[in-house]
Amino acid sequence: MTKRTIIPFGPQHPVLPEPIHLDLVLEDEKVVEAIPSVGFIHRGLEKLVEKKDFQDYVYVAERICGICSFIHGMTYCIAVEEIMKLEVPQRAQYLRVIWSELSRIHSHLLWLGLMADSFGFESLFMHTWKLREGILDIIEETTGGRVIFGSSKVGGVRKDVSDEKLKLIVEKLKKYEKEIKEITDVFVHDASVKHRLVGVGILSKNDAYELGAVGPTARGSGVSQDMRKLGYAAYKNINFEPIIETSGDCYARCMVRIRELFQSIDMISQAVDKIETGPIEVKVTGTPNGEFFARTEQPRGEVIYYALADGGKFLKRLRVRTPTFSNIPALLKILPGSELADVPVLILTIDPCISCTER
Amino acid sequence: MIEEQKIINIEVGQLQDKVKGCFEQGYRLVQISCTKLSQGLELNYSFDKNFEFINLRVFLSSADTEVLSVSNIYWNAFLYENELHDLFGINIKNIAIDYKGNFYRTSVKWPFNPPTEAKND
Repeated sequence: MTKRTIIPFGPQHPVLPEPIHLDLVLEDEKVVEAIPSVGFIHRGLEKLVEKKDFQDYVYVAERICGICSFIHGMTYCIAVEEIMKLEVPQRAQYLRVIWSELSRIHSHLLWLGLMADSFGFESLFMHTWKLREGILDIIEETTGGRVIFGSSKVGGVRKDVSDEKLKLIVEKLKKYEKEIKEITDVFVHDASVKHRLVGVGILSKNDAYELGAVGPTARGSGVSQDMRKLGYAAYKNINFEPIIETSGDCYARCMVRIRELFQSIDMISQAVDKIETGPIEVKVTGTPNGEFFARTEQPRGEVIYYALADGGKFLKRLRVRTPTFSNIPALLKILPGSELADVPVLILTIDPCISCTER
Repeated sequence: MIEEQKIINIEVGQLQDKVKGCFEQGYRLVQISCTKLSQGLELNYSFDKNFEFINLRVFLSSADTEVLSVSNIYWNAFLYENELHDLFGINIKNIAIDYKGNFYRTSVKWPFNPPTEAKND
């Protein structure tokens, strides 16, 4: 029998911006088992809901993650709005779609850069992040923030964007679309990139579904699952189909994210075409009483906000189930059988966000 | 409303059968969570199939009540069950990968449902 070695991977590792630990059991260079450890920086933000007014907590929700901060805040708002049966104005609904899709574009570009960095393609990493800066500029122009938007609120949004500015944003995105195509073509066609991704870390459709994988991790294995199809915000008025790939390997997960970049630009363009003039928020009176599980699609997949209220100004319970938490079992499935050198790439293909997981 | 959300109240002893039923019908385990009530605790097992969202709800009179793990049916449940133990002190038996209280590094024992006597040593 081949001698087994246990290699600790993380919590500090060049490929990991945040702490997660894996005990990798190896036979020679091959991984035979992986056992995860999280919880190094668990913040207990769910508990804070008992001390923050339900309207103020949106600021905390936004700070759960620095990448998909807007969608965290929005999903919290949706949960409360559903309990309070608030009719959010159409303009606010479309603005939520626009900011959600800008978040997705910047998150996917960030991921592509990190991916390039993980297999040592530094110039590709820099080009990708240069494009991401342009998206962050748009976010800053429309919200005033590059990381925390501060634009979601219970009952609507805090900031309006003029129709002229929205049209300019679409023009800018069309320009970026060409540049994104040039860069992503490298991921799609380059032999050295494909060498690291094709046929590596295959997750079957059945495993992806049964292990509760979400987002591009599930869609890269052929599971057509996208919470935007629920029609929250103004997604019910946007034409799109979930992007799926079927090979289930690292390349497939990468391709899903690349195709979603162009899909998001199209969705923003549709939202700008359809957005109506009108108010951006509805007046909130009273306090919530009831419960709701709000589900939305973050760049990494389905996020769930369960809110329970009893008529007071503080919620009784808030539970946040983030996509990375749901994708860890899928990661543990694809690691056995892989080469040790591929582990960083495999971990990155689920696009782990430990900040979300350690909410 | 964005979607209908069905809540089904069950007894703790029915949990294995009901969860197995969900698995056989092709539901995906979406999440497991706990809520501390004024008296007792409430577990929510959420499932989804083609955007049909259902919840199995189990009432526990106390955290000591023994709950059988469902990680033998849905393997990914082990993460949620370790979380329930570390944050609420729920007594879950037979978890596929049991961290025995070391899943989260918390400064106090069971922060969401603290034991009356003391903090962690």
